[in-house]
Amino acid sequence: MSDIKTNGPVLAADGTPLKRSLARALRVEKTRALMLIAPLLIFVLISFIIPIVSMLFRSVDNRIVEDTMPYTVAALKTWDASSGALPDEPVYAALARDMKAAAEKKEHTRIGGRLNYEESGFSSLFRKTGRAAKKFDLDSGEPFKAKLIDIHKDWGKIETWKIMQTHSVDYTNGYFLNAVDMKRTPDGAQMQDDDKRVLLKLFGRTMWMSLVITGMCILLGYPVAWILANLPARQANLLMILVLLPFWTSLLVRTSAWKVMLQQQGVINDVLVWLGFIADDSRLIIINNATGTIIAMTHILLPFMILPMYSVMQTIQPSYLRAAKSLGATNWTAFWRVYFPQSIPGIGAGSILVFILAIGYYITPEIVGGNKGVFISNRIAYHISTSLNWGLAAALGSILLAAVLILYWAYDKIVGIDNVKLG
Amino acid sequence: MKFTKTLMATTALTMVAGVAGAADMADEMTIVSWGGAYTASQMNAYHKPYMEKTGVNIISDDSSAEAVAKLRAMNEANNITWDVVDVVASDAMRLCDEGLALEIDPDTMLADAPDGTKASEDFGDLLVSECFIPQIVYSTTFGYRTDMVGDKAPTTVCDIFDLATYPGKRSLQKRPIDNMEWALYCDGVAKDDIYDVLGTDAGVDRALAKLDTIKDQVVWWTAGAETPQLLADGEVVMGSTFNGRLFSAIAEQNQPIGMLWDMQSFDLDGWIIPAGLSPERQARALDYVYFATDTQRLADQAKYISYGPARKSSAPLVGKHADLGIDMAPHMPTDPANAANVHLYDYSWWADNRDDLDAKFQAWLAK
Repeated sequence: MSDIKTNGPVLAADGTPLKRSLARALRVEKTRALMLIAPLLIFVLISFIIPIVSMLFRSVDNRIVEDTMPYTVAALKTWDASSGALPDEPVYAALARDMKAAAEKKEHTRIGGRLNYEESGFSSLFRKTGRAAKKFDLDSGEPFKAKLIDIHKDWGKIETWKIMQTHSVDYTNGYFLNAVDMKRTPDGAQMQDDDKRVLLKLFGRTMWMSLVITGMCILLGYPVAWILANLPARQANLLMILVLLPFWTSLLVRTSAWKVMLQQQGVINDVLVWLGFIADDSRLIIINNATGTIIAMTHILLPFMILPMYSVMQTIQPSYLRAAKSLGATNWTAFWRVYFPQSIPGIGAGSILVFILAIGYYITPEIVGGNKGVFISNRIAYHISTSLNWGLAAALGSILLAAVLILYWAYDKIVGIDNVKLG
Repeated sequence: MKFTKTLMATTALTMVAGVAGAADMADEMTIVSWGGAYTASQMNAYHKPYMEKTGVNIISDDSSAEAVAKLRAMNEANNITWDVVDVVASDAMRLCDEGLALEIDPDTMLADAPDGTKASEDFGDLLVSECFIPQIVYSTTFGYRTDMVGDKAPTTVCDIFDLATYPGKRSLQKRPIDNMEWALYCDGVAKDDIYDVLGTDAGVDRALAKLDTIKDQVVWWTAGAETPQLLADGEVVMGSTFNGRLFSAIAEQNQPIGMLWDMQSFDLDGWIIPAGLSPERQARALDYVYFATDTQRLADQAKYISYGPARKSSAPLVGKHADLGIDMAPHMPTDPANAANVHLYDYSWWADNRDDLDAKFQAWLAK
């Protein structure tokens, strides 16, 4: 035993130090594991993360102005908007040059559309000017100031130039300001006009109604999950199918079914009138408003609450309850002090799922929400597909994403994310 | 190293194969439209005869509602998968503005009328954008439940605002366009002055104040099928929608619904060809629209759906409904009896003011 070295590094069978050998083995393990998940990782990166990041990037990207009108943007840098005087001839000459180039590439209307989001009228201003600009002779040396003002009187207004100057930065906070009912103006950020403020209200409504829906799901889902977890397997399976059937049914079908149920000439109102609970001329209005959205979305999201609750409740030993009772607890005390605390992880998981799904909901509020029950996502959809103001849509989406992350973080601080169990 | 080379070689090969595949695609094309009865009418009037004539395979895609956004995304991704797209005129203008649609010269790219009239003259004022090939004239107008209005059928659009005579809910489209104009008209603004008034802040307030008088009685719709359904269920007394939808509810489904043509809002629907197609596909698309928008074809579509053909020369050729055998001319929005008092929707005004008015309209709705 005396030939064993006791002070040098421990060696592996092949003579290398054990520490290094172990590190190499672990590295190989890790590489292999990484290789195994690589296809998924690359897939997620390409199909999920990159598109999201590039979409979010649009919320600040404003390079279209300088890319399309480089000379005008440069010339406008020296113009003092507060002077009260129109820009000088060089700015107009630069505009003529940019317009001619843009019109030949058919880009003038695109930037007109961009600026029209800020101020009505830019769309036709650029369309009209671009049409005339194709015939400009840039080397003639004639004064473009008079000519452009003659083409469209708006070029003779200081307001037009102020807006051009304000929105000529490459990266703008304008979309984010718009998203919170403010606007970027020559005098800094200001509140949006009273009659155009709607988005903050919609954000607030989205949060509030999602909370209500989550609360309703907890109230309705908890007893169902409890019954599911405590019935004998045969009955429990049958009940489970009743929970899962709607879960497997198309969202659109379920939403349309609610329409048939809830409308004024619908099933619920008809039954209530038939039973004599309400008069025929005072039928309940429970659709095309917030009530409709809450009812339909609670129903649609209920399985997302029941399933995590059920899987947690299944693991709670019934013997704990019996033990509590044998020690003298009433039914209520046994439930509240022993059973309920153990089921909280299920409530937590269900609430997170339901809440996060709810704040991004689009189709159900659109169909049953009327004007008082629509969410911020309906505005995002509008700006993506109808107004084409993708910058604003991206800003709204970023804010929604940030709100979810903050709530998630707050939840982690208060309840602890380790307490969430999906099964 | 060798692996990378092989990988690159295979990728290049796949790409070549892809391009070669695309070159042969000229005998297959994707046509985008609105779906439902409308696509069916195009299938019968245009697609089937064209497929028979040329052997081309036409694939239908019902994405017109999202066409502008999708075309923009396709353009950015540099991968345009559509050949011909059916859009409303205002969308065509937007696409043209964005440089996403091909500019069309009607006289060289579209068929002359049978009597030799040039296409530009045959379509006339309906050529509202350089990229737009008009196909039909449709209107947004009102239908009412004949059994719910008593013995006084509504006769003017202003009956919409008359809650005393016609109590009950009404459905309106959830957008400012048309509704603002109707509101001002019924508030006493002369038809020719509507856009001048609407162009001022006071005018917008005035229109919204008029709409306020019926706001809590309005069901707002977003899809054209909603109003006919709401009328059929008796949920609303009257409501606006596209005239063809009302025609099918009345004539094909025998619902107790009457048409109110007063101040119907004319609009156009037609084709655009996406910019940036390969030469083979573009040639195919142009060949298709040359065929599909000639005088006879446009008149044929009216056999299946009650929208008026966009060519003047097609009007006399409009015949009977293909299945019901009823005369279609009296159901066209362009029929003189129906078009006694129409509202002409100003495209360029709305192109400028849509963003602004929509924000105000939405803020008003949420109040």
